[in-house]
Amino acid sequence: MKNKNTSNDTKEDKQTPNKEEAKSSPSNKQKDTSKDKQKASKAEKDDEKDTEAVSETLPQEVVDARRRQFLKQAAVVTGITTVFGYASFAPPRWPMSLKDPDGERGKPKIALKKLPENGFASENKGNVMGIAHGKDLEAMVRGAIDAIGGIRRFIKKGDIVVIKPNVAFERPPALGATTNPELLKILIRVVKEGGAAEVRVADNPIEAPEQCFARSGIDRAVDVAKGRIYIPSHDDFRILNVPGAKLIEKWPFFWKPFIGATKVIGVAPVKDHNLCGASMTTKNWYGLLGGRRNQFHQDIHTIIADLALMMKPTFVLLDGSRVLFQSGPTGGSLDDVRDGNTIVASTDSLAADSFGWDELLRRKSQQRPGYLDKGAAMKLGNPNWKQVPHKRIQLG
Amino acid sequence: MSKKRPKVKESVLVRWGRITNWRRLSQAFFFFLFTFLLWVTWFSRLKGYPASLFLELDPLVTFATALSTHTVYRWLWRSMWILIPTLMLGRLFCGWICPYGTLHNFIGWVFNVRKNKENIDVNRYRPIFQFKYYVLMIFLVLAAFGSLQIGLLDPICLLARSYAVALFPAWDFALPSSFSMLSSAPGATDQRLFDGAWFVGIMLMGLVGMNLVIPRFFCRVLCPLGAFLGVLSQFSLWRIERDLTKCTDCDLCLRHCEGASSPQSALRKSECFVCFNCIDDCPEDALSYKFVPVPLKDQIVGKIKDKTATLFGRKVISKDAETEIKAPEVPRRRWILAGIAGALAFPFIRFSKAVNKRGFNEKAIRPPGSVEETEFMERCIKCAQCMNVCPTNVLQPATLKQSGLEGLWTPVMDFSVGFCQLNCTLCSEVCPTGAIQKTPLAKKLGRGDYEEQGPIRLGTAFFNKGRCLPWAMETPCVVCEEVCPVSPKAIGTYTEEIIRWDGKKVTLNKPYMRPELCIGCGICEHECPVVDDAAVYVTAVGETRSKDRSLLLKSPIPGSQKKKS
Repeated sequence: MKNKNTSNDTKEDKQTPNKEEAKSSPSNKQKDTSKDKQKASKAEKDDEKDTEAVSETLPQEVVDARRRQFLKQAAVVTGITTVFGYASFAPPRWPMSLKDPDGERGKPKIALKKLPENGFASENKGNVMGIAHGKDLEAMVRGAIDAIGGIRRFIKKGDIVVIKPNVAFERPPALGATTNPELLKILIRVVKEGGAAEVRVADNPIEAPEQCFARSGIDRAVDVAKGRIYIPSHDDFRILNVPGAKLIEKWPFFWKPFIGATKVIGVAPVKDHNLCGASMTTKNWYGLLGGRRNQFHQDIHTIIADLALMMKPTFVLLDGSRVLFQSGPTGGSLDDVRDGNTIVASTDSLAADSFGWDELLRRKSQQRPGYLDKGAAMKLGNPNWKQVPHKRIQLG
Repeated sequence: MSKKRPKVKESVLVRWGRITNWRRLSQAFFFFLFTFLLWVTWFSRLKGYPASLFLELDPLVTFATALSTHTVYRWLWRSMWILIPTLMLGRLFCGWICPYGTLHNFIGWVFNVRKNKENIDVNRYRPIFQFKYYVLMIFLVLAAFGSLQIGLLDPICLLARSYAVALFPAWDFALPSSFSMLSSAPGATDQRLFDGAWFVGIMLMGLVGMNLVIPRFFCRVLCPLGAFLGVLSQFSLWRIERDLTKCTDCDLCLRHCEGASSPQSALRKSECFVCFNCIDDCPEDALSYKFVPVPLKDQIVGKIKDKTATLFGRKVISKDAETEIKAPEVPRRRWILAGIAGALAFPFIRFSKAVNKRGFNEKAIRPPGSVEETEFMERCIKCAQCMNVCPTNVLQPATLKQSGLEGLWTPVMDFSVGFCQLNCTLCSEVCPTGAIQKTPLAKKLGRGDYEEQGPIRLGTAFFNKGRCLPWAMETPCVVCEEVCPVSPKAIGTYTEEIIRWDGKKVTLNKPYMRPELCIGCGICEHECPVVDDAAVYVTAVGETRSKDRSLLLKSPIPGSQKKKS
């Protein structure tokens, strides 16, 4: 375009003949006249040659329609270009910007969850550990809890209580690989008597969860006692942050039952364990974790100490009604099980576990599991159970 | 056509009470029943439901397994409930009951954009519709030789498999977590996955999509069950009858004809789905469903060409005097050709290594209670009910690699996905054909009455010491020993104290197998922290179902050998 003025002039010039043409066009001769005009304008300008050539042949309505269509399409093209351009060029902090210069923005963000600072523990007074021997489960459970101050010391009206049994394997209760369902039933009732508004029972078993809960009898026991079962599904887990943990500082945790929970009670059977010596109340928290748990065995004692750090429960019950003294933690034969006739309630899981090691597994002479000492070093409890304030009662 | 019928105003009751509406209701009912029964095929829902009812109702399953095994397993007699109505009324199963047929019918109806004339033409009979009879013949000959392949295309097996392997995982994926109780696998810790689900899913979409080209393409062209019922329905006592004195040859009866059974001319009994759409569509009321109609051709007096023909004293209007073609329109030579194809196909697929006692795949590990491999091929219909019910997702459809074409989609265990849970026998409960025989728990565990036989072994676990943490990497582990479910444990350890490379003292428990105790459940492989190629892995050798694949000369019974581990 050489001269703006001239081009504008020619445009105006052309519009008038175009209108005339539009009127006569249906009849004839359009071709010839347009050719003449074309020649004339060609001489003047080269730039607008093409558009003129077409516009001259077309009636005015069509030209107008074309203009409108052009404006519309141009608006759409501009709009799309602007949106794409903004999203990809605007600096990341601008709203709606998608710009990701180094690939960091695109990575998934993991929201960390935390349990309460002091866990779910009640204030410390009275006995730490209550040991009840006997035949009658209900009497033993109540006796052991009463020995550490009674259920009302721990449960307030309206509490939402999570109970964590061991339901790791699909085994009938008699094989001692899982928490005794009768005991669990009694415990739920006791906790409800204490004023709990809701009792939740949760575990993440090794084998298929539904079947583990069913065959262990825990399913039915919880139903009868009107508790609520939480069977984990893959979106029930969140990453839990455990400050100070050596190996599981950030690890997938069975979070769903803990939403709104105010108290936590662990209830674990006494079991031989192939790797860590014994699985009792501290190892029991393993069942709250998800993810690649099969790596834990590479440093199992540190892991179990970390578990004690992760979960500071209201109290724990050590289920010594049966003792799986060999072939643990799975068992599978009645020959692996003997009666223990003991229930221990404790606010210190390390003390409870060391008692279980000495008196229920009867391994006092052997070196106690390393996690007890690791836990003690982290000031999470006292594995010399005789030193902690405790009360032992004999029933029936 | 030209003269219009006087319009009689139908009352609402009559209009809604038409038999085609009853048919639609029946189709919807059976479709939802089918879906429901597959949905309840899960540990916590199973209760007393007949989870595999539709597979047991399938007469082709019964007939083909009877050919291959010379027996009728457990509930398979139930197919009489379909067989008898077919012999009386025709292929009513296809039009009224079959859930896969309903799916095709529904999709074809919703996405049909054809105009009237096109509808009529697309529902005319085509020679390609014979193809299903060849499919049937080939499958039956294979079955007679001992290779049951009907499950590849039998609509009930195909749809059940599509549900279990492709649709249910998709459903669970789409379900918001607050509705997880509606999930097909409630309480499963992980999203279920199946080997080759993509192919099963695409096959479903492709076959259903073919409705846009030919309505009910699968039913008319491929379905071996339809072909089987078609052969039977030539004897049916009722059929659609065309009144030659009313029929004006307008062809409107073809507009919604499901089976392409030519009701406008000689009705093809073996193609008719008894859907009754033709009766609905006929503007002259010339079509009806009649008990034992005889061919009318011989009764005609006079000549149709001269327009002098009469039938029982009434003027014949239709120019086509034929009213029935009984048998499937397959020339005898082609039946024979199909038979030969089947007879040839058997050695082709059987001697492809996978199934034989030599050269079997070490990962063809079958679920507990399975019969020996060649018998398994006589029974398994690839319906995937075992995979559907399996709580750990260990049961996977076999790919060509594990089981060849012959065993495609039969169940095998993949321990990288799950493991065989010790106290679970659900797959043996739902298997409709006894490929996995009904197995009481005591039998699986080798307890009580079965003490002498010992537990069912699925295979044997082996250690790959080069990848095992304590053996090769100076790192403690033994998850395998921990989870080993038998007592005494089949995995023992040697304890060894070593000085590591960094000078630290470490106690290692180095695991080893006690093969006479191992049951091949695979939980060790599944839990092994060397997740991509586990350091302990199970192969089929040592499985109890097969003498050919035994490992030890003598397998002592674990129960009798009591010692502290």
